[in-house]
Parts: sequence; C-alpha cells; structure tokens
Amino acid sequence: MKSVAKKLPKVDVVIVGVGWAGGIIAAELTKQGLNCVGLERGKERKTEDYFMVHDELRYALRYELMQDLSKETITFRGNEKLRALPMRQYGSFILGDNLGGSGVHWNGQTYRFLPYDFEIRSKTIERYGEKKIPKDMTIQDWGITYDELEPYFDKFEKMAGISGEENPLGPKRSSPYPTPPMKTTPALEKFRKAATNLKLHPYNRPSGNLSEAYTNPDGVSRAACQYCAYCERFGCEYGAKADPVVTVIPVAKKTGKFEIRTHSNVRRVLKSGNKATGVMYIDTTTGEEIEQPADIVVLTSYVFNNVRLLLQSGIGRPYNPNSGTGVIGKNYAYQVQKGSATGFFEKEEFNTFAGAGALGMVLDDYNGDNFDHTKLNFIHGGSIAISQTGLRPISNNKVPKGTPTWGKEFKANSVKYANRMLSVGGQGASMPFKHHYLDLDPTYKDEFGDPLVRITFDFEEQDRQLAKYLNERCIEIMKEMGADLVDPFEELGPYDITTYQSTHNTGGVIMGADPDASAVNNYMQMWDAENVFVVGATAFPHNSGYNPTGTVGALAYRAAEGILSYRDKGGILA
Amino acid sequence: MAENANQQEKNESLTRRRFLKNSGIAIGGLAVGGALGSLIPFKDKTDKDGVKTEQKAENYNLALMFFTQQQFRMVEAATERIFPADDNGPGAKDLGVAYFIDHQLSGDWGFNAREYMQPPFFKGEKVQGYQGRLRRREIFDIGLRELQNHSLKKFEKNFIDLDEEQQIEVLTDFAEDKVQLTTISPSGFFNMMRTATLEGAYSDPLYSGNRNMDGWKMRNYPGSQMAYTDVIDQEFKVIAPKSLKDHLGH
Repeated sequence: MKSVAKKLPKVDVVIVGVGWAGGIIAAELTKQGLNCVGLERGKERKTEDYFMVHDELRYALRYELMQDLSKETITFRGNEKLRALPMRQYGSFILGDNLGGSGVHWNGQTYRFLPYDFEIRSKTIERYGEKKIPKDMTIQDWGITYDELEPYFDKFEKMAGISGEENPLGPKRSSPYPTPPMKTTPALEKFRKAATNLKLHPYNRPSGNLSEAYTNPDGVSRAACQYCAYCERFGCEYGAKADPVVTVIPVAKKTGKFEIRTHSNVRRVLKSGNKATGVMYIDTTTGEEIEQPADIVVLTSYVFNNVRLLLQSGIGRPYNPNSGTGVIGKNYAYQVQKGSATGFFEKEEFNTFAGAGALGMVLDDYNGDNFDHTKLNFIHGGSIAISQTGLRPISNNKVPKGTPTWGKEFKANSVKYANRMLSVGGQGASMPFKHHYLDLDPTYKDEFGDPLVRITFDFEEQDRQLAKYLNERCIEIMKEMGADLVDPFEELGPYDITTYQSTHNTGGVIMGADPDASAVNNYMQMWDAENVFVVGATAFPHNSGYNPTGTVGALAYRAAEGILSYRDKGGILA
Repeated sequence: MAENANQQEKNESLTRRRFLKNSGIAIGGLAVGGALGSLIPFKDKTDKDGVKTEQKAENYNLALMFFTQQQFRMVEAATERIFPADDNGPGAKDLGVAYFIDHQLSGDWGFNAREYMQPPFFKGEKVQGYQGRLRRREIFDIGLRELQNHSLKKFEKNFIDLDEEQQIEVLTDFAEDKVQLTTISPSGFFNMMRTATLEGAYSDPLYSGNRNMDGWKMRNYPGSQMAYTDVIDQEFKVIAPKSLKDHLGH
C-alpha cells in the first residue's frame, strides 16, 4: 500500500458498512451524542429508486442491487485438498451492495433464534450425552442466553414494526409483536389446516413487511405492505418493508452526528499495539487513499468482508483448521435448504403471483431441539413453511419430475402448472465443522489487489440426514394439503455454489465466553482488540433453522449498548 | 376419420378461443403475434375534444445489435424448438425471444460485465461453477457456428433448413453433450440459450421479448401491478397484465 495521502480529523466511532448492523449502531450511538462516520463502499439508496422495481430480469436475474463481482468476489472449494476457484457468477447466495446493504433486498422474515441455539453444546450434552456430537462438529455455546438477549430482540422488532402472532412453540416474549400478522391466502390456509390435522403448530410468519401503517418508537412512520410480490432481490417502493434506509439511518442522520460517506471502500483497519487507531479506505470515485482515525472501530459489513478486513489487517488470531486453534475465520456455516416438497394441483389454481417477502405460514415442531433426536443421526432441525413471496414467471417454471426441461412437453406443463404448484420448504440449521472455515485466497485478488476471501465448505452427513428428515416431513404436509402429485425426495448432494439456496452465510468472527474459542464477547467486542466491535452474522457460532436477520438485529442492539459502556469505562466488558 | 378431423377442429377452435380469452386481444380472429405484434400501441393521445385516440407506431427495436442475419435466424429457430408455439399461445419466435437475446448480448450480460473474469483460469469441479475465459457473446458466436457444423455433418443441411424433428435432434446432442467440442461446453451453451429463452418469453416487454405481454397472458401472470391488497386473500382470479410502461404515465 502507498504511503498515506490524506489523514482526516479523528472521530468517536467509525462504522464500516451501513446496512442493518451499521445503521442500528449509528442510530443508537448518535442518539447518545457520539460522532459517527459511516463508510459505505456503494452508492446512496432511497425509496424513489424503486419506481421501476417490478422488473424480474433487471433485479432478480441481473442482480441490480448486488455487489459487482467484477470488482470483488469470493473463492470456494469443497475441501482443503482442492484448489479454490472464484465465484465468477452469482448462484448459491447473493451479496448486497450500496446503502442499506443486504437489508434492502431481504424478504423481511424475522425470527428469534431458539433458546436451544444459544446454549447448543450444553443442552445437547445434557439431553443426549457428549457422544451425540460428532468428532469434528465444533458447536459451542454463544456466551449469552435467550433470556439475556430477549430485550434486544424486542427492541429490533419494535424498531422494524414486525407483524406477527405468538408462535405456539416459541420462547417467552416480553411483549407481543408491534403489528398484527399479515393477511393470509388460500394456499397458506391450506397449509394451516393440513398442519393442524397432523397435530403440528402452524403460525403466521413474523414479517418485516408491515401488515398496517406503523410508527416506531423513534417516530419513523411507514405505510402498509401492498403484497406486490417484489421483495426478495428488490427494494420496496412503498417503504413498507423494513430496511435500514427507511428506519435507522434517518434516525441517525437526524441527530446531525452521523456522516455517511458513500463510495468509500475500507481496505484496512489500522492499529497500534492491541488497539485500532482507525481505518484506511479508498474513495472509489477518485482512487484516493484516506485515513480516518477513530476511538472505536465497528465492522458491520457482510460476513465475508468482516472476516477479510480482520485477516488483512492482522487483527485477531487467524483460525488454523489443522490444530483447531485461532478464531478469525472459524465456524463458517450456511443453511440446509433442500429438505422441501413440491406439490402439483390438478383442480385448483392459486393466486401465487401475489405475495410479500415474509408472507408465509410456518411451524417449529421440527426445529432446534423441539423433537427427540435420540434415534436420529443429526442434531438441531429446521423451520418448515409455506411461503407466498410471489412466483415470478422467469424463475418459476416447476414441472413434475420426468418432464423434459425444454420443448413441447416442458412448455405445456410449465404453463399448466404455473398457478397450480405449491411448495413446502424446510429451512435447516447448519452446524459448524472443524474443516469449514474462511481465510484469504492465495491466488485471486479484488480490484485493489487485495486477496479475496476463500470459503472451504461442504455438506456433511449431519446435513444429508437433516435434509432427508425435513423432506419427509414436508412431503407429509404436502400430501395432507391434497396435492395430486408430490415430487419424490432428492439427495442433498455436495454443496454446489451454482444454484441459489440462501444468503444466510454465518460465522468467522464468532461470539463466546471463552477468549480461546471465540473472537468476540457477548457485546461483539474483540477479545484481542478492545476498541474493535465486529457485528453481524459473523458472530454466530452456528446457524439456526431460521432466517438470521432478527438475531443479527438483536446482537446489533446489544453491541451498541456495549460500545456506549466501553466509551465510558474502557477495557474488556463483562 | 371425418369424425376425428371434426373433433380436432373443435379442439383447435376451443384452445384458440381459450388463448384469445386469456390474451384478451384479437385482430380479425387472429391472435396478435409475429409481424402484427410489431405494430404496438405507442402512445395514447387525447385530442382537443378530450377523446382518447390510440396512435400506432412502428417498433424500431426490431433490429439487430449483435447477431448476423444468419445467426438471428438460427436463434429464432432454436429457441422456438425450446419453447414452441402451441395451444397455450405463441412460442419463442412470435414472442420476440431472438430479439431479446440479441439485445442482451450487446450489453452487460453479453460482456459478463459484472462478473469476475480475472485470470488465472483453471478447470474446476462442477460445483465451483463456470470457470471459462469466454464471455457470453463469444460463447454464442462459437456455439452457433458449431450448431451449424453439427447440422451439416449430421444431415448435410443448414440448421435453419432442417425440419423440426431434425432441429430437435441437433439441439438434443448439444443438451446431452453428445457433440465433441474443444472450445465450449455444448450443454453449457444450450443451457444458456434455454435460460435466455425463458427470460425472453417472460421478462417485461421493455426488453423486446414477451411481445404484447403474450408470454404473461399465456400463464395468467398479471405482470407489474402496484398492489394486490384486494386480492391477496381471495381465490385465484385472472387479472389483465400491466407492464412497466404503464407506470411511466406518458
């Protein structure tokens, strides 16, 4: 790197990446009078940008809102013996970009992880004994309990205006959802009825798409969702979907203490001894290198860049997969999405062209440790749901197994079943393993010549068993729903980066109570650099059978409280 | 025999009626498509008496940015085999899919502009995805040339001069990697064309495919509606489609 060109005056806090985590931290800190600078590599975004948003090709298939992979991507290999190669095109997951980050293109499905998740190792051993945990499965407790995190979940849900109803199998809540559940649909009701017949416990999915107009505790008012069916991969033209740009960012800006610098790509966290002194970033419009000194550095970019920045900056102990020592890059986990069932209906058509990102009916009977695993070859489980996010026509051409993929029969069946297909999906938890991790790629570089992050990950027997189990449960429900034809089970297979599964990448800077086994404490404060806080799904020691954003939001509120208390007292927080 | 023919005629008129009913548009008893479809309503004009009159204008987008004329004809024929006209409605050709692909290849997608194209290039595992150095427009150039070569070799005719069944045979050889090529993956090229065909059939007409929204009408997809608040909790109902053009308020 060249010698520093320009050094700016010091600020209290510099925030790297302005999405959900960065926006929440900025709002909470500026309310308490701290001066914050938010460095955002992308451009500004606002609701008016989405005037022409109902465009499947541009947004869903040409990735309008996503990171430009020509500038930066990740590399991937299934195991350590293989050469990692760059993800040249999008597939398995999509990376957000610009102000609001992935918080703009999410669906709004907002869950709280289970009490079991936060104490997964202790609770698994308590019920099944230590032998239940396979040798290389590196699950660990999170260093916090559900009860301790509950107030922060509550805070996130009230800020975002989550619409929902009590989960009959859910943990205790300090208050009900701030807005009632969304409308249901004939397809959702079919699922509810079938699940109830099977003695399961369905409930309306907690939704970040507002069921009614709502004013949050910060005084931000938003309109109700119009069920327009363009949520995931799209921005909301109504501001009805909770995203950082229409919730926390304006609150931070209103204080006059939050300066957002877009087109500012952070390349290094600067340090002196075991403290950070600020960050170095590039103004991507001019190419200029700029140093921004700060008392506190908060990393709130997506999972991959939180890890990459630490490794590039030499902060924290890099994870070593052979010895299992070190922490940065440890416990990369994902999601097991393939335990699903597709059903075709000959006599009914459904209005599945309409929908909302979080519109759905879900059940947790097979999630976490809500069922007995004594005779099963896996731990944890997954939520099972029917979703009505809106079936857009390019991406949804499901045909019964055995139909050719092109030609006369394909066309006839794809048109016939366009509105006669429903699917019930399992969202399986992803357990960490010793040899699943993130590090720096030795070969491939980004546009500035910095190494890309390298993912080493594959599905394990745990995942294959879980997918099969969830698939069987989904088929039972689909049959009870009266489908005339249900597609048979398909093996999970190896992890394949080319087909979309989920943008729920987790781990790499995990939280915990033990500095040897975790990178951050339960305030997301780094054990090895007390004025660096790393916030996001990076902190998850494993991934649950739920969408991660609700838990990311709760951890961000927890981190904000930690930063304020660090600002007053200093030292490692306890 | 006569009875069968009558029955067939009856079926055809029924299915055509069904499509017309779905599409809601008919000119002289014919579904709009092909050349007729190129005369699209351009702008609603209000005359001085306040009466709306519809102006027609030529669609100047029906020209080529990338393909040669021969390539264009080949893509038109190949995509029609992938997504043929049938009782449900028009196929790829009448939906303008070949124009769509031509226009896409001339832009970001054709150049893989927003994808990581840095060397070194290594052959990887299937699960690691595309690792080639060629961009989509180069793959189309090579793929179409090879499609032609394979047609000449197998049937001693140009691809576009083959009958439907022969075209299907040639395409199947590509789809199933039964053609030996050193430069590109035959199935990779075929799948790219298949995906682009669906994109052309069902994307907003703004991109030159899905002509007259006939792709959407065929499957009762309402296109770009501002809100479904009133129908979301109701049983299925056909809604006349709208495109992005309707939001611009000319």
